[in-house]
Amino acid sequence: MNSNVNMSNQEYSDFVDTKAKKSNLGKNILLAFVVGGIICSIGQIISDIAMNYGVAKQDATCITTIVLIFLGAFLTALNLYAKIGKFAGAGSIVPITGFSNSIVAPAIEFKTEGYILGLGANMFKVAGPVLVYGITTSVIVGFVYWLIKLFI
Amino acid sequence: MEIFMIYLKVFLTGGIICSIGQILIDKTKLTPARILVIFVTLGTILTAIGIYGPIVEFGAAGATVPISGFGYCLANGVMKEVDAIGFLGIFIGGVKGAAAGIASAVVFGFIASLIAKPTIK
Amino acid sequence: MKIGKQSIKLENTPKLLNTSSIVGPKEMQGPLAMYFEAHTDDIFFGEKSFEKAESKLMKTCINNLLGKVPTDNANIDYIFAGDLLNQCISSGYCIRDLNIPFFGLYGACSTFCESLMLASLFIDAGYATKTVAATSSHFCSAERQFRMPLEHGNQMSTTAQCTVTGSGAAIVVPKDISIQSPYITHVTPGKIVDMGIKDIANMGAAMAPAAFNTIATHLTDTGRRSDYYDAIITGDLGTLGSEVLVDLFSKEGVDISTNHYDCGAMIYDLENQDVKCGGSGCGCMASVFSSYFYEQLKTKKMNRVLIVATGALMSPLACQQGETIPSIAHAVAIENEV
Repeated sequence: MNSNVNMSNQEYSDFVDTKAKKSNLGKNILLAFVVGGIICSIGQIISDIAMNYGVAKQDATCITTIVLIFLGAFLTALNLYAKIGKFAGAGSIVPITGFSNSIVAPAIEFKTEGYILGLGANMFKVAGPVLVYGITTSVIVGFVYWLIKLFI
Repeated sequence: MEIFMIYLKVFLTGGIICSIGQILIDKTKLTPARILVIFVTLGTILTAIGIYGPIVEFGAAGATVPISGFGYCLANGVMKEVDAIGFLGIFIGGVKGAAAGIASAVVFGFIASLIAKPTIK
Repeated sequence: MKIGKQSIKLENTPKLLNTSSIVGPKEMQGPLAMYFEAHTDDIFFGEKSFEKAESKLMKTCINNLLGKVPTDNANIDYIFAGDLLNQCISSGYCIRDLNIPFFGLYGACSTFCESLMLASLFIDAGYATKTVAATSSHFCSAERQFRMPLEHGNQMSTTAQCTVTGSGAAIVVPKDISIQSPYITHVTPGKIVDMGIKDIANMGAAMAPAAFNTIATHLTDTGRRSDYYDAIITGDLGTLGSEVLVDLFSKEGVDISTNHYDCGAMIYDLENQDVKCGGSGCGCMASVFSSYFYEQLKTKKMNRVLIVATGALMSPLACQQGETIPSIAHAVAIENEV
């Protein structure tokens, strides 16, 4: 018997793809849509309540961000966010609560390696790149904007 | 009725942005960390070229709550600061605009991790 | 004696005297719950970290095993053990307290067969009179090392598998010990096979060609047909990998669909437990073979089995550098009659 698989790597990869169970894209998108929509609506409620108390629109957005980040951290600490994420997918990853979750999750887990090199160093294990690329892009944007302003 | 329309817009905008994320996850095998990076970078760029602003006008929290809204804060912050103080604003504005998000994430994250214990999903 | 390309016939046919298994809470919700010898409901197992918990799993398992055989620690000549964690710390810290000479092994999820193979070869060659083979894995310590933090809200890919929290151990002795037990007759160490799969959420597909290679080589070397065995048991190919393996054999005109079992596909309730393609990890084959299949051999419901543990020799670091997933499988033939 031939003990080597009689296929090229590409053929094998295609063969495996025909076997792999496809994820239910329609259902996943619907869940992401609904959960994402709900989280954003909660954000709007927080912002509306703040503005009702006479807070300026800019500050209301700030308050919304802070409250949502708190909620994300709180639900993660209660071990609930991972459960939501399991069915909501991007619906709970993309909102700012997901950013908060991605900071708290490694922090909880790496606490066993100490507060400095464990919790402290690993807190941004997942969310760190968001800040790296977000802030870098903002500096580029700022620079280009500054250049344009120079010449106009 | 008006309030219903506002919330409908919020829900739709937020839902659509998250759905795009889901399509990327399912179709391209991008990991969540990459999705977040793509969204925040796109949010920043789209704000700078004046596309994300109108989306925020339309969808309010539906556009600011997703992580692309974080990019919106970064871009708006940096442009405002450049207007105000010029060149130095390039380095100050972005983080200033997103400061609330960053500081609260660090602090709440720290506190939450002090009290929590990981469990199996 | 070496036979064929890479198999070894164990002429003194060592005996697999006894086995022991232990699993975590999720495995106890699966269909094999009644067969496991011990379990814990606490994923921390009373320890402060998952790594310590895994170590304790293996230690408890080995202690249970040694409690079942008429011997004490001092009589164990060598122990062969391994796990998935960096530097094999579960095994190392477990065996630290046992005071037994130790061979630390790494073959990813194939380690159980690798350790059982070496333990048998030592007995066969007469270098030892009692050897122990053990492996362990823990869902949480593996997630930490290989994937995302546990509390991160992400979705599992449909091809993913779930690391088994558990450990299994076996004791091998020369055949002149009078207690009736199955014999280890042949072993086939595997070669590394890499078919270019890069998706770390699809280990089953990466490992299936390695399993195919080792099983096919074993059958050729020993001159046996696949239906010689009551069961060809793979470690953790999962449902997808198993399907691929059966297909690869049918392409060669060999039907193994009736006597192929996969520990990863058996350990969980695939319908209700949300484990996608099934279980994986060093503890998967270790706990399932040491409980269910050993029981089948003891009660003679199965008389000839070939166990083939499969391992994906990757690390997150190598994958981030764009490497593919090299895989390996080791086979051990265990029979009631020689």
